[in-house]
This record gives sequence, C-alpha cells and structure tokens, in this order.
Amino acid sequence: MTWETVIGLEIHAQLATRSKIFSAASTAFGAEPNTQASAVDLGLPGVLPVVNREVVRMAVRFALATDASITRRSVFARKNYFYPDLPKGYQISQMAFPIVGEGSITITLPDGQEKLIGLTRAHLEEDAGKSVHDLFEGMTGIDLNRAGTPLLEIVSEPDMRSATEAVAYARYMHSLVRYIDICDGNMQEGSFRCDANVSVRQAGSDTLGTRTEIKNLNSFRFLERAIDFEVERQIDIIEDGGTVVQETRLYDADKDETRSMRSKEEANDYRYFPDPDLPPLVIDEAFIESVRATMPELPVARRARFIDELEIAAADAQALCADRQTADYFEAVFEGRQFAPKLAANWMLGELFARLNKEDMALADAPVSARLMGDLITRVDDGTLSGKLGKQVFDALWGGEQDVDAVIDARGLKQITDTGAIEAMIDEVIAANPSQLAEYRAGKEKLLSFFVGAVMKASKGKANPAQLNQILRDKLKA
Amino acid sequence: MSLTPDDIEKIAHLARLGIDKDALEPLAADLSTMLDLVEQLQAVDTEGVEPMAHPANATLLLRDDVVTETDQRETLQAPAPATQDGYFLVPRVIE
Amino acid sequence: MHDKTLAEQAALLASGELHSSDLVEHYLQRIEQHGEALNAFLAVDADGARRAAAAADEQRKAGNAGPLTGVPIAHKDIFCTTQMPTTCGSRMLQNFVSPYEATVVEKLRTAGLVTLGKANMDEFAMGSSNENSYYGPVANPWQQDRVPGGSSGGSAAIVAARLASAATGTDTGGSIRQPAAYCGITGIKPTYGRVSRYGMIAFASSLDQGGPMAQTAEDCALLLQAMAGHDSRDSTCSPLAVPDFSATLNAELKGLRIGVPQEYFAEGLDDDVARCVNEALAVLEAEGAILKPISLPNQGLCIPAYYVIAPAEASSNLSRFDGVRFGHRCENPQDIDDLYTRSRGEGFGPEVKRRILIGAYALSAGYYDAYYKKAQQVRQLVSDDFSNAFADVDVIAGPTTPTTAFARGAKSDDPVAMYLNDLFTVSANLSGLPALSAPCGFAEGLPVGLQLCAPANQEARLLNVAHRYQSVTDWHRQIPANFA
Repeated sequence: MTWETVIGLEIHAQLATRSKIFSAASTAFGAEPNTQASAVDLGLPGVLPVVNREVVRMAVRFALATDASITRRSVFARKNYFYPDLPKGYQISQMAFPIVGEGSITITLPDGQEKLIGLTRAHLEEDAGKSVHDLFEGMTGIDLNRAGTPLLEIVSEPDMRSATEAVAYARYMHSLVRYIDICDGNMQEGSFRCDANVSVRQAGSDTLGTRTEIKNLNSFRFLERAIDFEVERQIDIIEDGGTVVQETRLYDADKDETRSMRSKEEANDYRYFPDPDLPPLVIDEAFIESVRATMPELPVARRARFIDELEIAAADAQALCADRQTADYFEAVFEGRQFAPKLAANWMLGELFARLNKEDMALADAPVSARLMGDLITRVDDGTLSGKLGKQVFDALWGGEQDVDAVIDARGLKQITDTGAIEAMIDEVIAANPSQLAEYRAGKEKLLSFFVGAVMKASKGKANPAQLNQILRDKLKA
Repeated sequence: MSLTPDDIEKIAHLARLGIDKDALEPLAADLSTMLDLVEQLQAVDTEGVEPMAHPANATLLLRDDVVTETDQRETLQAPAPATQDGYFLVPRVIE
Repeated sequence: MHDKTLAEQAALLASGELHSSDLVEHYLQRIEQHGEALNAFLAVDADGARRAAAAADEQRKAGNAGPLTGVPIAHKDIFCTTQMPTTCGSRMLQNFVSPYEATVVEKLRTAGLVTLGKANMDEFAMGSSNENSYYGPVANPWQQDRVPGGSSGGSAAIVAARLASAATGTDTGGSIRQPAAYCGITGIKPTYGRVSRYGMIAFASSLDQGGPMAQTAEDCALLLQAMAGHDSRDSTCSPLAVPDFSATLNAELKGLRIGVPQEYFAEGLDDDVARCVNEALAVLEAEGAILKPISLPNQGLCIPAYYVIAPAEASSNLSRFDGVRFGHRCENPQDIDDLYTRSRGEGFGPEVKRRILIGAYALSAGYYDAYYKKAQQVRQLVSDDFSNAFADVDVIAGPTTPTTAFARGAKSDDPVAMYLNDLFTVSANLSGLPALSAPCGFAEGLPVGLQLCAPANQEARLLNVAHRYQSVTDWHRQIPANFA
C-alpha cells in the first residue's frame, strides 16, 4: 500500500517591536528575570491591556505579502487555562475573527518546481513567560520577561506532502517575515517557532487521516527529521492494524523521535470568549494604504524583475533574492554605475560569496561595502583591471582597504594596455627564447602558452591578456 | 437544567477552585437554581441578532510602539508570596 | 461641619472659613466614634489624611487650590492604592498593597481630595447586601440590622453616616445605585467608558464602571468632573471630551420628556416604594417635565442575561488570583495544581465561587452558544429597547430597587432572591448607559431611591434633573438619627 503524507504548519513569528503587544515594557531578549515584566505583564489586579499599533501594522504587512484578506473588524479573545508562566490565567489571542484571513504563497522546491501553499489565517497573540526548572531545589522559577511579547501565529492549509515541502515552506516563511521586517527570524532565541500537524492517508484518498501535532521544532533540520519520524511511526501503527491517536507530541532531538505529551492532553477546554477589555480592532483603508506605502518589493516580484529587466540568470536571481539584505546589496553595487548588473551578480555570487562561505560570515558583516564592490567592478569594466587583478584588489578590500584606485596605484596593479609596451615585452621574450620560437614555427603550437606565460610574467601579470594574446600570435607567425 | 455534584467537581477543576466535598451538594443545588433563572433566555427568539460584547460601539485605540516601562521588579514583586533571585517560585512543574 | 454637603464644604474651604485639616480631623473623630458600629471602613489612613489635609491647606494658602482641594473622601476597596491595602473585600487580597495606583485614585488625589480610608464592599463586588465581605457585613446607618446594599455598601454607609464628604463606588449591576438608594444618598453610574477602569479590580469588564457617591447631585457633578476623562491605559475608556457637569445643573426642566417604564411598576414592587417614586415623578412634573408611559419589553430578561455575562467575565477575570505573583497562597502546596486549587479555594468566599463556577460553565465547550452567546444577543435586545425608548423621551425614571433595605441575613441563603435586587439597575449596565439614584422619600424609616437613566454620555442631563429635584425636596438632607 502506498501512503500519502499530509502536513500543515503553524508558525509562531515573534514580531520585532520595541515594546510588548499590550504593555510598554521592552521585548529585548536576555534581560535579568522579571526586569522587563511590567504591572500589565504580571497581570496585577486592575491592570488593562492596550494594543501596540506597530503589531497591527506588522500583521497587515504580512497580509499584504501573502495576498491574504485583512479582517476589517477583528476581535481579541481570551483563551483560558492555568499555567504558572501564564500570568492572567488566560492568553489574549484571536479566535473567531483573526486579523489576517485566507492567503497563499508560492514556494520553490529543491528540484526547482513551484508549489502554491494556502494560508488559513494568521492571528495576533501574546507570548507566555518562561518556566525554569533547573535553578531551584524542588521548585520552578517563573520569569515573565517574555510574557506579552507579540506573536503572529501563521496557520497553513494542510497542503504539504513531504517533509521536504514542509521545510521549503518554513524556509520561505522564515525568509519572508525577515524580508518584510516583521520578525528577526532568530530560531535559537525562539523568535520563529514551528509546530507541525502531520497525518497519513492512503494515496488517492480525499479524507484526512488522524493528525498529531508536533511541537518544539526549533530548526529546519529538526522539522524535517521530526516529520520523517512521525510519518514512519504513523504508517507502522496503521499497518499493524492500530489507529493513530490525535495528540500533541514533542520532538526530542537527542533521541531523534517524537513522544506523546500526555500532560497537555488533559481536558483542554479553553473557554474562548471576546476579551471585554478590548473593543474590536477596526482597520480602515487609510491604515492599509499607509502600510502598503512602506512595503518593500517582495522576493517573487524582485526576482522576476532581476531576470526580465537586468538579464540575470534565473538561478542567480533566486540566490540574490534569498533575503532582502542580499538583494539590496546587489542593487546597491550597480546603482548609478555604467557596467551591466550581470557583472555585479557574477562578482557577488562568485568572489564575495565564496569568501563569505570560507570565513563563515554573513553578508551584513562583510568588510567590503556595496560601494567598494561597485568601484572595483567599474575598474574591471573599464579595463583598468583584468579579472585576475580585480581579485587581488578584492583581497586588499577584504583586508580593510577603503579606496579601489588607491590600491591599484599603491600596488601598481594597473593593467598594461599600451600596445607599444606590450610589443616591446613580447620582442624581448621572443629574442630570449630562439629555440622555442623555432619549435613553435615548426608546428609545436602548444608552446603558445609558454610565451603567454613568459610575457605575462615579464609584465608582472599586468598586461591586458586579450591584447597580449593577439600581438603575440601575430609576432610568432612572422 | 440541573447540575450534579460530579458536574460541579469538573467545573471546579476547570476553574482550579478547591471545593470541600460536603459543599458539592449544596453548590450543585445553588447553581441549578441559577441555571433555572437564566434558562428563560432559551425561549427568546434571537435569530439574526448580533451578540453584543461591549456596551459602547467603541473601537480600539492603539498605542505607539514606545518602551516607557522601566525595571520595577522590586516594587512589583513586593506582594509575591515566594520569590528568589528575581524569579517567582512555584512547586516544581513537571513537563 | 458634616451636615454640610460636599459642595458647601468646598465653598467654605475656598472662602477660607474652613480648613481641610479641621474638616479631616472632624471626620477622623467621627470615624473613631461610629466606624466600628458600621464596619464600613476596611482601612483608615489617619496620618496620611492629616498630611494630605495640611498640604491642601498650604496649597490653598498659596493660591493653587482647585475646587475640591482639601475635601475628604473614602475609596471603595476595589480601587488600587499604594498607601493602604486593597483587599476587594476578599481574603484572597488580605494585606495586599498594590504597587501602583488606580487612575481614579490618582485623578482625585491630583484634584486635591484627601483620602481618609478604604470602604468595605462585597467580595470582588459580587453582592447586593455587603454580607459577602470577608471582613464582615456593613450596617445600614438608618437601621443597623438592615443591609446597606451592595456591592458599594461601605461607601454608601460612610456617606449616609457622614463619615466622609463623599466616596467612590463601582457599579456592575447596580452596585452604586442600589446602596445609594438603601442608604438615602445620591450616586451615579456614568456611561460605560466615561471613567477609567485602570486600577479598578475587574469583576465584569464590559459592565464595570466607577462613579461618585455623595449627598447630592451637585456633589456628584463636582466629583465626576474630577474622575472622568480619557485614560490611555484603558482601551475601553472614551476619548470624548468631558462636559462641564456643574454648568447645566440648574437648567429648567420645562418640556423635558420623562419616560416611565410600565415594566418597573409591576408585580414585585413594594407599595411604599411605588408611592415615593410616584410622588417624585409628580414633583418633576410640577417642575415642567412631561411624563410619558413607555415600554421596555425585554426588561424581564435583564437579570438572566446579566447572570450569564457577569459571571462568565468574572470567571476569567479572577483567574489571575492564583497564588503565584500576589495574593493568598495556601500552606505547603504539594504541586502546582494543589497550589492553585487550595489557594483559590481558601481565598475566595462562597458567592465568588458560585459565580466563577457558573461563569466557567457558561463558557465551556458545548454550552457557549446556549448561554454566553445567547445572553449577548439578549443584551443587544435590551440595549435596543433603550434606543427605541430614547427616540421619544429624554430621561427614563423609576424606582432604583423594588424594596427598601432588607434585614441582614434575610436573603443570604437564597442567591437568586438576592439577585432580584438588581431588577431595575442591571439594564443600564448591559446597555452601558448612565444612571443615577437619588433619595426620594422614606418607607417605614428606610430611604427610597429614584432612578434616572439617560442616553449615553448624557450624565449632565441626569445630574440636572436630580439637582432640580433636590432643589425643591430635602430627602437628601436627612441624616440617620444615630449619626446626626
């Protein structure tokens, strides 16, 4: 029997605001326990929530980036349950009327195929605090700094059919939320968290199997491995004549397995109801337009423009649009310059990225600015530098030099393009190697490279290679 | 509509409310009377009536994204029954 | 001094004939003398009050005083204060001192009022008799075996016994108006959102509203002026400008259309109460108002809808009292669930427990539509009744309560009988409308209240009508014999 895997993802993206969703306390990561927990975050008697405008703007940005509907009158609701890191005994979330409705995105799979993934909804909610179990003997410590941090929970349709697709989707979302500046995407700090709903069914069936929800997937690798494990587990159960139990499971990276979280299963009756402290959130056209005006060009549109207008190869355009910083850097390299954007792409994806990879650095930390990159390519394009010399200049820039022309002058790297000078060097080399000349003229043509090398050496590598080749061939013939 | 002591126990657990065993019976009676009172609502035709969650037809005013709360841990934790090293303490929670 | 109204005292303070220090000392002495008999104060801050009074007098001398500078007030113990505990009438918050101050307290303090102490109340504002306070019942100053009403029973008794010039109260289903009626004072529940709820411990967030309780409508106008206004810390607080409530107090009533709901004068209404209210209506008619019979057809559904909505919101609002960050924690909790259930079981009294349970039940899976959603729909119908009525009339008038103050213990075994006290008051909360209760006579020595209700944001009209009424009557001038 063949099995089909059905996966939907719930992604919690922490919105990159300065203050919390309902209070004016800081959201900065890593502060001393409870130093960023205000009276509102602690749920002291009598306190009330007030919504952060930036959180609403970010949710609208997300909707605009995913072709999603924006709910003009969305409602905050209380999700009631007791847990020590949930200060009020309820989480303010959204239930019946989420701020973002249905949308969709197109992801590119590793084999280059594109796939449309539906988005069910995205809603705003507050994060809970943290429980610390290993600091105190027999006690759990509660740190509420994270309580009230804004989250956008992005729920996909069950449109993914393999762990690979799920990872491609998650990676796309991870890139998108950073692209539109709503989330820093830091998975170690929990800014971007995934839960996967996984089920299997007989291929060709159109009813869904019983699903399990896997929590705690804080890397793409864990997401992939957890789904693979879970799919195997479910198939084994069904093939052994059993039934899959709908439950929440936790991925244990050390053991590479998922296990049941029975403690969470106990009668979850969240008693959602509209939060009486918060009237409906009304979003008008003017608000949406003000957000739209600040939207960056989205990766899909940008890639298409790179291909169509800048004549960049599809694969290169994809690489350049992987994140917004890369694409911005790319455009800054050729902006206001004479050379073709394609040259900029070649230098970035070639020299620059190779170096970044080698040094295990991010583009943001590269010592060579887009302006210097543009200066360098300008000198290559106008013939001052050969490609090879250009790489030497690049090395100097990587080392901290800040002026391309100064590097060229100081190191005497300027390419020799004066025909007379090149002829003179060629004449000298030919005169010094009579036997090789004779052999060449007798038909041993591969000696050409010997002469090229010798002349290049004589020029200290600076002779224009094309000119050198042309003149040398002519002289050797004579 | 009448509630049994069992029902009361279940709801009490949902609300994490300790109820003495011998209080369950009278509570079930009280709550059943309360339910009888509200039962009148069932007879009302509310077809097409929008539920009213807030009295005023108010809409939400939004706050600027500015951090104005500074660290007041000492003051805010003063009423806490148990703290240590800046943490609130509770009995060990088993995950 | 204490036979003067707040407005009169304020005038004497302004003219220099009276000093805040003397006034405060006088009240402190009266509290010393009568406080125990009434059990109306949960805390008295004599030193703080003396300091504030001295500062007020200095301010007066320096010429920086406002209209209320130096006037002594008591706060219902539901408002968070930093200088005194805030118990909310509950064991859960015994000795709890709030790290921050409620907006109402802050505003009144800034306006120069001197806080004498905190007023007793039904636990978490749940009750109509003040018998639900963990700190004991409050006596009605008119007949001390009677209840003062609730939940702002302490506030009402304090004002009635002249132990402070005024008090703050809160009203979720009648908690300002019903005790005001039972104790023979004036109290107004403003339009929902007129007064900030920040720092006012929530019972039912969509119904709760704070307001002033004092001898007269004129006093209430002065106090409400200082309490009202937008607060950026409360998302439900109205951004509308606050009108000058005192400016229109004396406006003529000629041509004012007063609606009299037939449903209020039906079975269950005490004959003496009906007589007093009808006499009051006749006084208003003599002042030029036109009485019009009206109907509020869904009036009978108010109590059922209220007893779903209020407990549902309360069940959630009271979840934060879990023994973790503040409030009562049980001894030696074995695990987290034990900590929760025992702390809450010990910390909350029987009525609070009943309401948490019924509220949790109404919101629980499978019952939400039948109870909570249905109640919200009925709430809309009740609100529509008022919209329809106010198309034809300017003000609605009737009794505040069906009876006068009942004997302590008379209804404590029957929660539902107790709930019927709110029969005429909850509709204003469900609809968010302003409503006022003013004394309009006595039945067997106990005060009767006249309730006035107006469209949203028209507190000024209510205060105007009540003030005109009080200009030609003296019910509000009566002081209980034991406290003269």
